[in-house]
Amino acid sequence: MKSIFKIAIRNLMRYKRRSLMTALLIIIGVVMVIVFSGVSDSFKKMMIGSITDSMLGHLQIHKTGYVSSIENLPLHLNINDQGIKQVEKILNDNSEIIDSYSYRIKFSAMLSNYEETTNIRLTGVYPEMENAAVPRLMERINEEVPDPDNFIEQGKIIIPENIARGLQLKPGDEVVLVANNKDGSVNGVSLQVSHTMEGLLGPTGRDGFIHIEDAKVLLRIEGNEINEVAIRLKNPDKLVSANKIMYEELSQVKNEQDKSAFELHTWADLSPFSTIATIVDLLIITVRIVLIAIVLVSILNVMMMSVYERVSEIGTISAIGTLPSKILWLFLAEGFTLGIISTVIGDIIGVFALIIINLSNINFSFGRMKGIILETSISPSELLSVSLIVIIIAGISSLHPALKASRMQPVDALRHV
Amino acid sequence: MALVTLNKVSKNYLMGEVSVEALKDVNLEIEEQTFLSFTGPSGSGKTTLLNLIGCLDKPTTGEITINNTVLNHFSGKEAAMFRGKNLGFIFQNFNLLAVLTAYENIEYPLIMVQNLPVKERRDRILYYLNAVGMTDQKDKYPSQLSGGQKQRVAVARALVTNPKLVLADEPTANLDHVSAFRVIELMRKMQHELKTTFIFSTHDPKIVKEAEIVYALEDGRIINKQVN
Repeated sequence: MKSIFKIAIRNLMRYKRRSLMTALLIIIGVVMVIVFSGVSDSFKKMMIGSITDSMLGHLQIHKTGYVSSIENLPLHLNINDQGIKQVEKILNDNSEIIDSYSYRIKFSAMLSNYEETTNIRLTGVYPEMENAAVPRLMERINEEVPDPDNFIEQGKIIIPENIARGLQLKPGDEVVLVANNKDGSVNGVSLQVSHTMEGLLGPTGRDGFIHIEDAKVLLRIEGNEINEVAIRLKNPDKLVSANKIMYEELSQVKNEQDKSAFELHTWADLSPFSTIATIVDLLIITVRIVLIAIVLVSILNVMMMSVYERVSEIGTISAIGTLPSKILWLFLAEGFTLGIISTVIGDIIGVFALIIINLSNINFSFGRMKGIILETSISPSELLSVSLIVIIIAGISSLHPALKASRMQPVDALRHV
Repeated sequence: MALVTLNKVSKNYLMGEVSVEALKDVNLEIEEQTFLSFTGPSGSGKTTLLNLIGCLDKPTTGEITINNTVLNHFSGKEAAMFRGKNLGFIFQNFNLLAVLTAYENIEYPLIMVQNLPVKERRDRILYYLNAVGMTDQKDKYPSQLSGGQKQRVAVARALVTNPKLVLADEPTANLDHVSAFRVIELMRKMQHELKTTFIFSTHDPKIVKEAEIVYALEDGRIINKQVN
């Protein structure tokens, strides 16, 4: 095998310019894939991180049927005290995968500055739990938050900046919240604006926060009730396995109809950004397909030329007793060698390009979050998969020319001039 | 028992839609350790005959036996194995591998065909390099060698596997007279020393005289046998 690769390398060196051009093409392809994967994957992770860490969490638990009518923020599908205890036990039993969780009561209300009224979507939270489950929520608040674990106090409200603008409200102003209870009656409470915040769902978002105890008072909830649990995982990359574990355990809890009492959703089920993330993944796959095409065509071309130029040589080695299988390997080795060398060089340049991008401190803004620095990275497994794709395709594209060479009749090949 | 036996061997080629008979009912017996030549004008069937004996091609009819082995029904792989074990080849255009040095060209069949251990391989290569007078040129590539030197390397490559039979198709055709005679002398010397059978083709009358037995071919038939 060593001799086969020695001959392969020398044959590649024999046609230096041609081999160099082919290698260059593959190197550019590999660098393109690494840079594109590194940048887009990092961008995707950053955006997903922003959504999960400031709003949704990685997983959410609701009472069965809640998500299908989530737009109405129903109150009759709340999880009661017994349900909370069951959920809490499951969450605490899986502390090796779950970092933190937050109980929420989500509801719609009318907000008034005593002159004008508008609708608002509110989330009642325990501030310490919420800050642990979605720590980057604080980045969305316009004013400084001295104690993130107490970012919303009882008697206070955080309102979205578009409503603050519309109703000309600022921190310190008094507002009245009016909401329907689950039995249909109406109740109101007076609160003070503590902060304004960026719309969580974009410029038209109407999401605000109050303390969960205030929510209970407003909604006349006696005892313990919530309608959402946001969960933060220790390792977001293990979302699928964590979702599976949690699903299996939660589905053990049955309701009166002997059906699962709870439903579990990942952030991707709940956020439209998951579609964008899928598009980014598709783009990465597309770039990889382009790379495969580059490698396939360039190596097939160079190897076919190599076979046609060396017909007489193939006749000679065949005449002196080289088995067809060894002739096949001689040509496959050339394709593999070209693929391996180009991949290694491409990998080095690609990783170096990512380092340069990181050192360049390229920054961008996403909503309230200004000056986000693009920190590109590529995982060793990603690098390995790109390299393996190129090497395998190099082998596959060499196969046809190699088979052609190995099947040549020596007497015909020797006649070739 | 003859080393090579041809029994009523014919070979037809298709040239477009026309069948051309390159060899017609050739009967031949070649003894071991002979230095034998096929001679005749272009198109007389010399190369076809060498290709058939060299297991590079199959006869249309008739039977070829080498060293008690019938060649007719060999598969491509079996034929390659037989060639690697029993035959050596010397070509008109030398056919050295351009990317290998003289040493490596001689080494090639020992690695790729016979897979000998390193020590035995090295000793054998150095012996044959010395035998063909190419020890000083062993690290040169074919492009750095003259025609005569290339053919000496080709002779060493043909002999290094210790074949029973060496086939040389017009081995002197691309050489000047001095180099041509040196190559033939070398082949003769190796035949004496190694007791190997040499069969070569030529149309050069001066070279023909060097052979022990000469078969003259014309239009695919053996028309004369001469013992020098």
